[in-house]
Amino acid sequence: MLDIIIDTTIRAGTPILYATIGAIIMEKSGIINLGIEGLMLIGALSGFYFTFITNSLLIGFLAAILLSAAAGSIHGILTTYLKANQIVSGLALTMFGTGITAMLGKSMVGENIRGLERINTVKDIPFLSPVLNQDIMVYISILLLLLIHFFLYRTTIGLNLRTVGENPYAADNAGINVHLYRLFAVVIGSGIVGLGGAYLSLVYTPLWIENMSAGRGWIAVALVIFSNWDVRKALIGSYLFGGIAANQLRLQAMGTNIPVQILQSLPYLFTILVLIISSLKNDSTKQNQPESLGNPYDREDRV
Amino acid sequence: MIRIEKRISNSQNLKSLAKFFSFVIGILISLFFLKFLGIGLIDLIKNIYYDAFGSIYSFTELLIKMVPLLICSIGVSFAFKMKLWNIGSEGQLYIGALASSLIAIYIPLNSHYLMIFLMFLAAFIAGGLWSGLAGFLKVKLNVNEIIVTLLMNYIAILIVDYLVYGPLKDPEGFNFPYSKKFTDIAKLSTFGDTRLHTGIVLAIFLLILYYILMEKSVWGYEVRVIGSNPNAARYAGININKNILIIMILSGGVSALAGFTEVSGVLHRLQHSISPGYGYTAIIIAWLSNQNSIGILFSSLFMALIFLAGDTLQLNYQIPISMVNAFQGILLFTLLTGDFFINHKITMKRRKNA
Repeated sequence: MLDIIIDTTIRAGTPILYATIGAIIMEKSGIINLGIEGLMLIGALSGFYFTFITNSLLIGFLAAILLSAAAGSIHGILTTYLKANQIVSGLALTMFGTGITAMLGKSMVGENIRGLERINTVKDIPFLSPVLNQDIMVYISILLLLLIHFFLYRTTIGLNLRTVGENPYAADNAGINVHLYRLFAVVIGSGIVGLGGAYLSLVYTPLWIENMSAGRGWIAVALVIFSNWDVRKALIGSYLFGGIAANQLRLQAMGTNIPVQILQSLPYLFTILVLIISSLKNDSTKQNQPESLGNPYDREDRV
Repeated sequence: MIRIEKRISNSQNLKSLAKFFSFVIGILISLFFLKFLGIGLIDLIKNIYYDAFGSIYSFTELLIKMVPLLICSIGVSFAFKMKLWNIGSEGQLYIGALASSLIAIYIPLNSHYLMIFLMFLAAFIAGGLWSGLAGFLKVKLNVNEIIVTLLMNYIAILIVDYLVYGPLKDPEGFNFPYSKKFTDIAKLSTFGDTRLHTGIVLAIFLLILYYILMEKSVWGYEVRVIGSNPNAARYAGININKNILIIMILSGGVSALAGFTEVSGVLHRLQHSISPGYGYTAIIIAWLSNQNSIGILFSSLFMALIFLAGDTLQLNYQIPISMVNAFQGILLFTLLTGDFFINHKITMKRRKNA
């Protein structure tokens, strides 16, 4: 029983983990992206569509990365070079992603593909087998997390990227191309978010359903605050939510007396609760939030 | 050498021209997508024109769609004036619809006016408390209002779903997810033979109220100061926290009234999926119109036209209604780009000889 819970938690947490990692990279550079929900859907549909026509999961995942990154670059260009309001542009991206995938994905509804299979390494060892018998995308997400952490805190480019998010004026003075770094962060981050979407349509279900991300993108935006902009803590947050989301589904399947809709609202309720707890915990001095998050950079605004 | 400079001042003509061009480009891109789906554009435009302006009746149908958009965008605009991002208008609409329906179903009254008044009041209070919660969290704990109001949308919709699939389901409704129909006492009256209901009067009244409060009163000025320069506001002795709370309650309460007019004026019952995203569109309208009352009116009418086009596409071409979202996204992208050209000028300069 416990093994099953661990297993479903990891599987349900992984798409949220990808989305949260992607969102953290963008926010580290100073760009808020409320388009995560839309990007996940674009990743989910493009992954499914290209796997369906080519029969190759690899091409599906690559298409998900590329097309989400392309869609994300709209937000990237608007919020850097064109100095647009990040909140409006992000909402536009979510609307665009929700609508365009519903429109173009209509022919994919009800189609089947062979989803990604698990690796069977060990048999029937409590606690270990649900951890070791996952699919490869689960391990890639953990590897990616470590890689991104290393990149942000141990490389020069990572340091530059964080500087751009903290103080773009200082970064500009030091000869760092602020807009280019931000655009780069948004494009890379969007690609990773797209992988989270593709995980839903290629591994978790595997199906294409209109609006299948069902708010996971918004939960990821909230988890960025919960994890205090630290990708390592994003792992805890994502699995916590994976656990709640997946196990409310199990409760539904077991046929409890609690109404379905109440169970379905649990992930959202818990996200709000978690936001409240993280704001109680982090007083402003300990907060890791990038100093210039949400502010467009304009050289001429320098004081 | 190409140089980008901020415009010191920008003329009204230029603004209008840039907005207009952005609109046209956004619509062209959207039409391109439809063309890609194999839709004959000339026919489509004819159909949409006929559905919106073909007769007085069809124009009133357009106005029916405008009412919830107008009310929600007034609600959102209250918050945006203070740079508070209430993006929970959709959920607030659902909560308002729920509160009004509960009154209509459970309170036996014989007076039409009393009934309508109570439904109105219930919607406003319920919506105000609902979004006031987000305001409270913002004031007391500095919890991000964007994410809280958005997540509360999902919760509000699920609460309504729970009720219409469960306790409120009409026993004679063939298992459809809706409550039983309201009695005539709980229905807003309509104009002539059309379906246009008196909710439009409420919407216009709210717009006038918004104009007076936000654009003419001292309090409106204070709210704008808090939005544009919180430090100056604090210096001037304006109580910011109190105003955040008031604005959030007002913003949610007004949005909830759209739920009231929808159930009492159009649907005459509580049901699954009351709104095709009016609350989200209201965010666009509030931004697009720069929270200016006349702008809100015309932007709402324009967005109503887009929803009507969505209906036409769904009925005649089997395109899902959520494609309205795609068009709105594209329009926002082109308008944001247009904004750049409003605020900046690009000049070509010869490099001076060194």
